[in-house]
Amino acid sequence: MSKSSFSTHLLVSSLVVIAFFVMAPNLVSAYRLELLTIFLINVILAQSYRLMATTGDWTLCHYILMGVGAYATGILAKMAGLPFYLVMPMACVVTMIVSLLFAIPLSRTLGFAFFIASFALGEFVRHVWLKFHYPFGGARGINGIPKLEIGQGGEWYFIDFWDSRNFYYFTLVFTILTLVILFRIDRSRLGDTWKSIYTDRELSESIGIDVTKSRIMVFCVSGFFAGLAGSLLAYQIGSIDPHNFGMVEMVYLIIWCVVGGVKTFWGPLIGVLSMSIIFELTRPLAEWRPALFGLILILFLVLLPGGLETLPARIRELLHRTGTQRGTG
Amino acid sequence: MSFFSVENLTKKFGGLVANNNISMDVEKGEIRGVIGPNGAGKTTFFNLVSGFYRPTSGKVTFKGQTISGMATNKIARLGAVRTFQRPALFSDFTVLENVSIAQHLNTNASLLNAIIGHDNHREADSLERAIEIVDFLGMAEDRDTMANNLSHGLQRQLGVAMALATEPELLMLDEPVAGMNSGEKAVMVNMIQKIRDKWGVTVLLVEHDMRTVMNLCEKITVLDFGEKLAEGSPDDIRSNRAVIEAYLGADDSVT
Repeated sequence: MSKSSFSTHLLVSSLVVIAFFVMAPNLVSAYRLELLTIFLINVILAQSYRLMATTGDWTLCHYILMGVGAYATGILAKMAGLPFYLVMPMACVVTMIVSLLFAIPLSRTLGFAFFIASFALGEFVRHVWLKFHYPFGGARGINGIPKLEIGQGGEWYFIDFWDSRNFYYFTLVFTILTLVILFRIDRSRLGDTWKSIYTDRELSESIGIDVTKSRIMVFCVSGFFAGLAGSLLAYQIGSIDPHNFGMVEMVYLIIWCVVGGVKTFWGPLIGVLSMSIIFELTRPLAEWRPALFGLILILFLVLLPGGLETLPARIRELLHRTGTQRGTG
Repeated sequence: MSFFSVENLTKKFGGLVANNNISMDVEKGEIRGVIGPNGAGKTTFFNLVSGFYRPTSGKVTFKGQTISGMATNKIARLGAVRTFQRPALFSDFTVLENVSIAQHLNTNASLLNAIIGHDNHREADSLERAIEIVDFLGMAEDRDTMANNLSHGLQRQLGVAMALATEPELLMLDEPVAGMNSGEKAVMVNMIQKIRDKWGVTVLLVEHDMRTVMNLCEKITVLDFGEKLAEGSPDDIRSNRAVIEAYLGADDSVT
């Protein structure tokens, strides 16, 4: 397939996808629409996690960073009573600062040590939420986060986000923005520099890339978008508590990224999509779901370690192999 | 003040003295070889001058600045770049992309530029120099080959090309012809000479292969048991009794 026809295919299929998401509120039930909103938030989360993985750093605290964004939103919106257009950027920046505080010690570790240390830092934050009733609300978390609204009732530009359709569109805009920004970073020189760290850290260092600084920077950018996802989640569900941001959720995030793959930009999208569908289909088997997802994780790690994104190449390779065997036989 | 100088460099690992009181000066534009029999401390020496190890005592200066103990990326920023003994490359990228990533020091890659789309290195003007380097080093045919599909010799050449892309003043080569056949060795020797002649890059190489060093280097430093044994032109070294003994064993031990 030539390069130009491939990009045409890409353009057409992404237009179809965008058309679906724009039309969705007219196509699906209100309940499904809420699920779709959560799905979009998960896309932001998975895509920001993939950014971390480009340097080879897999963390166990990404859900905690999302929680930081959500808690910041809860506190700023409920207790300080600030409007959303101040709350959301502030929540993202707060998450970025927390990410920086995480990243400075973590950047001194590598691989497994990094993974475990990120877990420890994350759990520390989660216990702070549990321990301090003011302002985090302890185990019960923060309830009654005001819904975001644009304008006052009666004004012509008033948009009521109690209407889930409006909030859906609001989330959609931020998801697309996130995807565009992260896609640009992925294709930029900076993105290649980060990927080069994953491929060969010593070599990157030798050609003048400050590996430590780059890893801290990726952590912060990734944290910023995790904070955005958390902020949207807090507005969507209206109440948050430490159990929203536990280990189980973190494992689901890892499953999305393993199933989809993280090498290409599209991997995590495929991962979130396929796993969300399976998640919904297995609703009747609720008790068995963790076991099922564990099985999926293991199967992918063993049979398709690159994730679904590598499936076309694997199939092509397999066809090619059988083809040549037939040719010689 | 020499361009690059090593002063009383010592490295101890516990009780083992890997490098003992080594001093040398390299002039700008020189091709200098460091050789020695197995276990002479060549690798330790290379790791010390390239910033991988911190010396126990002594120092390394480059253009008047002390670089020993400095992070490798900082040394690279100053203009002294190292290569690796192994084929070190970014395997998921093409030859041209590899060189292009290595140009990273001379670009304004920032997050903002990435987001607004101003640092795309696939743009023609920033690719120009990468193409120049690749072509100059005789790899024009392989510009778009994936790096991990190259032969061993070409992979090592790419390593040098990448180091060159950072626009260094000093190139430090770690066993540049290790594991190569004679044809590949000749290409590499030719390449290193071309780099010095065209860009005036000073070359410091640590190498096991005697013939390569004799052909390529203007001045040679010989290490043995972690100490400097001799220094001089290839002819001096060839006829140096201590060097011959170090490589072949002393007369009395043979008999």
